[in-house]
Amino acid sequence: MEHITLLLAIVVVTALVFDFTNGFHDTANAMATTISTGAMRPKAAVAMSAVLNLVGAFLSVEVAKTISGGIINEAGIRPEVIFAALVGAILWNLLTWLLGLPSSSSHALFGGLIGAAVMSAGFSAVNGGTIVTKVLIPAVAAPLVAGLAALVATRLTYRIGGTTENRSTSKGYRAGQIASAGLVSLAHGTNDAQKTMGVITLALVTGGVLAPGSNPPMWVIVSAGVAIALGTYLGGWRIIRTMGKGLTDLQPQQGFAAQTSAATVILASSHLGFSLSTTQSCSGAVMGAGLGRKGGAVRWSTATRMFVAWGLTLPAAALVAAAAEFLTKQGTWGIAAVAVLLVAGSGAIWAISRRQPVDHTNVTDDEIQPAGVVTTAIAAVSPPPAGVAAAPVTGPGSEPPAAAGTAPAAPGALTATVAAPSSESAPAPAATV
Amino acid sequence: MKIDWAALGSVFGVSLIVTVALVGLFTVGIAGLSKQEAAAAQGGSAGLARAGAYACFALCAAAVAFGIYLIVA
Repeated sequence: MEHITLLLAIVVVTALVFDFTNGFHDTANAMATTISTGAMRPKAAVAMSAVLNLVGAFLSVEVAKTISGGIINEAGIRPEVIFAALVGAILWNLLTWLLGLPSSSSHALFGGLIGAAVMSAGFSAVNGGTIVTKVLIPAVAAPLVAGLAALVATRLTYRIGGTTENRSTSKGYRAGQIASAGLVSLAHGTNDAQKTMGVITLALVTGGVLAPGSNPPMWVIVSAGVAIALGTYLGGWRIIRTMGKGLTDLQPQQGFAAQTSAATVILASSHLGFSLSTTQSCSGAVMGAGLGRKGGAVRWSTATRMFVAWGLTLPAAALVAAAAEFLTKQGTWGIAAVAVLLVAGSGAIWAISRRQPVDHTNVTDDEIQPAGVVTTAIAAVSPPPAGVAAAPVTGPGSEPPAAAGTAPAAPGALTATVAAPSSESAPAPAATV
Repeated sequence: MKIDWAALGSVFGVSLIVTVALVGLFTVGIAGLSKQEAAAAQGGSAGLARAGAYACFALCAAAVAFGIYLIVA
């Protein structure tokens, strides 16, 4: 790092922030079932996951050469475009975390890149066919594959082992669950920390600091690994709660079947040449395990909200990123405005999250309703992605009113929730698109 | 746009078979252990059940090791 401009520094920091959100967003994938079945205590679980993520970041020998896997044309990409893409991905990650919805961080990054690239260079910069093969089909296939495997495995384990529970069997399932959760964490560290390394490396190459095709410098590897591990340790408790308790009620047998299915699908898919999203595999596996037990049920209202979030991830991140790119194109003040908006938006989301905090103390509580109230409140304030997108278009001056608009609306929505069944909140986000 | 149906199909098949086999093995191991425990409680022993259980767990551990190998390689 000989000469890093301010813009490059901002891009690198933003990439690390994305890495951090990626970590806490995806803690749930590895640890939700482990925590909800009581196999590990919440803090111990996220600590183990964080360590394995960090280890995973250093394990990989193959450097991510492309960040989008051919979805966009990366030849003439500028640091501003990467910055705008990251802003879109971060804001969508934070928003889905606030709603407690597991959604794919990779899809958010893809969406951000697509939106920023289209705004920067037009639709020719995007490879439509690759979107279908790399995003759409995996998004449908992942939950089906993992869900079916978990369903059959759950049936089998109840048939062989019976439904009786004693000390030694639950101890056994606990060990099995921890092993497969560890594998998922390790795989996540390898894949996703590497993605951020790819983003930073690409930014450094486009900024002329690194020669094209060079490997990421050591400080990039270390900082990306540490960022994802810190995010993981912080724990996206809202998402953990949805995945571990919101979708279905899991017993140790089911948790073991779900986690094993998720680990198998992730490893099989990345090594047989058809990459499937970690988040979607894990959610699908949890639902499959829920359906596999006699008397088990999936809460379809929660699942529907999650599916809607999956569908929205790409377009919403793209929209925010396009708006951000529109601003950064205006010059230095535009970049500064986007940075300010990113900080303000993240701060607002964090402030809203403090109204109904979910942390390691209440993550496994049976009471799911508070999360639902928050969800409904946000859904009523919606459309959040469009709102965020609208603010940059009208200029930086509109941010304070937009933030102020969110605050008074929420209490009204809270009272509305009491009267209306919470399931009605599910179709709302879809209708706004 | 070319969709690699063969790869998707093999992911589907491999995931299903491996998951079911692993979970099945592990459950057999656990059932074997609890059988052995019950026998021990009555003063007897069930060496075969115990040996079988450990064999099952060993296979599962091998699968985990292979998984780590896949991640590292």
